[in-house]
Amino acid sequence: MSHVRSAAEMGLIRCHGCALTCADLPAPEGQRRHCPRCGVALRRRKANSLTRTWALLIAAALLYLPANLLPIMQTTQFFDAVDETILSGVLRLWRGGSYDLAIIVFVASIVVPLLKIGVLLVLLTGVQRGSSWSPRERAKLYRFVDFIGHWSMLDVFVVALLVGLVQFSGFALVLPGGGAVAFAAVVVLTMLASMSFDPRLIWDAPLLSDSEPSVNVRYD
Amino acid sequence: MTEPTSRPQGTDGAAEPVLQPARRLNPSLIWLVPVVAALAGLVLVLRAVLSSGPTVTISFKSAEGLEPGKTEVKYKEVVIGRVREISLTDDLQGVVAAVELTREASDFAVYDTRFWVVRPRIDTGGVSGLNTLLSGAYIGVDIGQSNERRRDFEGLEVPPAVTSDRQGRRFILKALDQGSLDIGSPVYYRRIPVGRVVGTKLDDDGRGVTVQIFVDAPYDRFVSEDARFWNASGIDVRVGAAGLKINTQSLASVLIGGVAFGRSGRDEQGSQPAAANTAFLLHGDEASALAPPDGEPMRISMRFEESLRGLAAGAAVEFRGIELGTVDSVRLDYDERRAVFSGTVLATIYPQRLGDAYETLSRGSEGETSQTAPAVFNRLVQDGLRAQLRTGNLLTGQLYVALDLLPKAKPAGSPISVEPFEIPTERGSLAMLQTQIADIVRKLDEVPFGAIGRNTRDALASADKLLKQLDADLAPEAKRTLQEAQRTLDSATRTLGQDGGLPQDASRALSELERAARALRGLADYLQRHPQALIFGGPQPAPLDASPVVPPPAQDDSTLQEPMP
Repeated sequence: MSHVRSAAEMGLIRCHGCALTCADLPAPEGQRRHCPRCGVALRRRKANSLTRTWALLIAAALLYLPANLLPIMQTTQFFDAVDETILSGVLRLWRGGSYDLAIIVFVASIVVPLLKIGVLLVLLTGVQRGSSWSPRERAKLYRFVDFIGHWSMLDVFVVALLVGLVQFSGFALVLPGGGAVAFAAVVVLTMLASMSFDPRLIWDAPLLSDSEPSVNVRYD
Repeated sequence: MTEPTSRPQGTDGAAEPVLQPARRLNPSLIWLVPVVAALAGLVLVLRAVLSSGPTVTISFKSAEGLEPGKTEVKYKEVVIGRVREISLTDDLQGVVAAVELTREASDFAVYDTRFWVVRPRIDTGGVSGLNTLLSGAYIGVDIGQSNERRRDFEGLEVPPAVTSDRQGRRFILKALDQGSLDIGSPVYYRRIPVGRVVGTKLDDDGRGVTVQIFVDAPYDRFVSEDARFWNASGIDVRVGAAGLKINTQSLASVLIGGVAFGRSGRDEQGSQPAAANTAFLLHGDEASALAPPDGEPMRISMRFEESLRGLAAGAAVEFRGIELGTVDSVRLDYDERRAVFSGTVLATIYPQRLGDAYETLSRGSEGETSQTAPAVFNRLVQDGLRAQLRTGNLLTGQLYVALDLLPKAKPAGSPISVEPFEIPTERGSLAMLQTQIADIVRKLDEVPFGAIGRNTRDALASADKLLKQLDADLAPEAKRTLQEAQRTLDSATRTLGQDGGLPQDASRALSELERAARALRGLADYLQRHPQALIFGGPQPAPLDASPVVPPPAQDDSTLQEPMP
């Protein structure tokens, strides 16, 4: 791979907000550069990307346990109260013959969050170790994670809808469980984590390894 | 805003950033997020872990209606746990339900807590558990009072009749048999249901039944130490002088039995409420329950040398109409020495049922020193107390034993004071009647009815013959005689009626006779006045025709003439 000059090396910086290309001028002490067009603070890379992503990812992973262990909702039908966790709901759907629905819920509620956490973990460790291993695939992975993140709130929406709609006291009642809150937090945290991750960091390591160390590039 | 002083090379045309004062935020603040998440997760998990209480196992005969993960454990309709798992017992005779109690319900896992399955149930006490038709069965709980913890429980098959949170007291009744009582049968006081039967148990020695009842507060204070309990099951039909009387506590007690209690009229005042678990005797009916106390029983034996047909165990032993006790057994004995069969009747009597009479008797002649029942009966036997068999029911021929003082009784032997006390017997009225009738029949047997009949027939035959003879011989003769007489009478009539000579002659002769009589009277008068004329003769002879001295009464003629036809 031939060396490609990066924008930083060319003394340019791109606004995160409006993609305006600005001159990478050093700022005096106590001052911060901002985009002259949209006013967003100018950075070469997302601020504290690795730290933030790590923190959010760890928080998401921590909450993933209660999200799956605690009941996500409590349905009451004719004095018969049933606590459902995500997995028991999937099993119920599967046993009930709704294989398609079971698969959808299983993928959206269990596989996707797990996948996101796993992929972000891989991306983070790769960036931190300065790995140059197949950055193109890793970038693809990132895009994939960013894309599917929008769909993981399915369960939370279902619970919210049911709780709002099924309120026939005495006949049927749906109450949210602690798992729903935890699950929503997991989804939000993984989305935040994937947002705070700067995919350009994937490319920084190969670039760094290829470029001369004299080049004074500081990513912050 | 200040312009950057120098631009790097090759950045011409690129926009120039504007400078603003930097707001420094510590980048490590982001670690608060996982910390908060960890705390939240920890709280959620901890809450789930902490809210789960102890897990207990409850064994049932069957898991009907129980579902793992679904069946709840409820106390006063509050969910305190859930069945997690159901498995068979090791001996495959029942099921074991593992129940996870909630944290607050950990106090339920104590020694005397009772669990049962609430299902729709229709029994004598009514319908219960209808809501479980829709919701499915659940496990009901009655919290125990013990402090001892326990993990394994034996589930009840039927709900307990009384839960421990009910105010009231338990009592124990001793009965000969259970009757129609069952768990849940009501307990009545003055026909108000005040409690229920909570348990029945056969005594260990098999000689009776122990019935446990529960009387609700505030009625439990009416159970005094001298309360009398009786079985109020069924209908009490009594035919008395006032007519037919049907008595029952309630329609329910007819069907499902019941216990009633009350106090006899004697001990109405001055009785304390009984303590819990006091034992009482359960009488068979109200009358025997409210009767004065029987006191000590006394066993008596009687030897009858007559038929015991109609005398059964349970027959009454009465003294002048007061039931003293009942017959226990009837046995047949054989006396080899006298070569006679005799029936030995054993009975239990309660001398105190004699009432005031017994008190007077037992006080005795020595004043205050009271005598024992055998002594009293010895005295009575000396005075002529005898047992007799009498017919209680003419239709069925049932007998009862009557004790009575018979002045003409044969003197009794030496007094006996061993149990059973032997009371000499006398032939009963029926037996005596039978002997008398037998006597009469025997005498009737001796009458020669055959010979009498024969003689009568002979006599009748000869009488018949005589009558025929009379008819043949005498009747024509008599007819002829009568005809003769008729003829004679006819001729007499004719003779008298043809000429009146005879009456006229007779009339004349009578006149003559009268005249002669008159003269004779005149003579007599004269002679009375002058008796000397008999000797000297009269101055002149008395005229013969009419005497002027004594004229005859005018009516003399008519009187004399009247009978003449």
